Amino acid sequence: MTIKKFMFVNRKAPYGTVYALESLEVVLIAAAFEQDVSLAFMDDGVYQLKKGHQTKGIEMKGFEKTYGALEDYDVTKLYVDSDSLAARGLTADDLCVPVEVMSRAELGKMMEDQDVVLSF
Amino acid sequence: MLHIVNKSPLDRPSLDAVLQTAEAGAILLIEDGVYAATKGSAGEAKLKSAGGKFKLYALAPDLEARGVADRVMDGVTAVDYAGFVDLVAEHKASQSWL
Repeated sequence: MTIKKFMFVNRKAPYGTVYALESLEVVLIAAAFEQDVSLAFMDDGVYQLKKGHQTKGIEMKGFEKTYGALEDYDVTKLYVDSDSLAARGLTADDLCVPVEVMSRAELGKMMEDQDVVLSF
Repeated sequence: MLHIVNKSPLDRPSLDAVLQTAEAGAILLIEDGVYAATKGSAGEAKLKSAGGKFKLYALAPDLEARGVADRVMDGVTAVDYAGFVDLVAEHKASQSWL
């Protein structure tokens, strides 16, 4: 099978909408097909990676653990926009998985390098 | 009036609309709206700029789900679902800024 470069761009906060969960589902599918997968987190999407989700009170399935399991699917390219973190009072230390923090311009270059970009 | 905001302050202008429109009352942040009450965020700056004109509340289960219950800004009271009901009952009217 031809391997393509897939980037998933995540720009929504978790739980308030279904985008974050849907993105994860498709990421896992792409990884199962052994594609070259990377994830970008920008704008409110950086909130997806904030550590310490406790979703019992809102009676929704928490999916913080899924980000930690991505490594098992060989999904290790997680890129986070530094400006988006700063605007939300967050740093890489607040996130539940190791990521590469970069500028928006650098993220833009990464996007140009993809075969497929899926936006959530 | 109780103003209820369920959208992230950096994604939608719902909170801005409240702050620009209402003169006083209470603001209850729920769902993605709770991010406005987090320390060091742009939303916190917006709430601070309102200068104490509003009583501020945030729904605790939504803070907890998003991992931000431990970084709520000063001046915001966390309430549970029963507290949500109390706020609605205490105010003459409620408005959800969708």
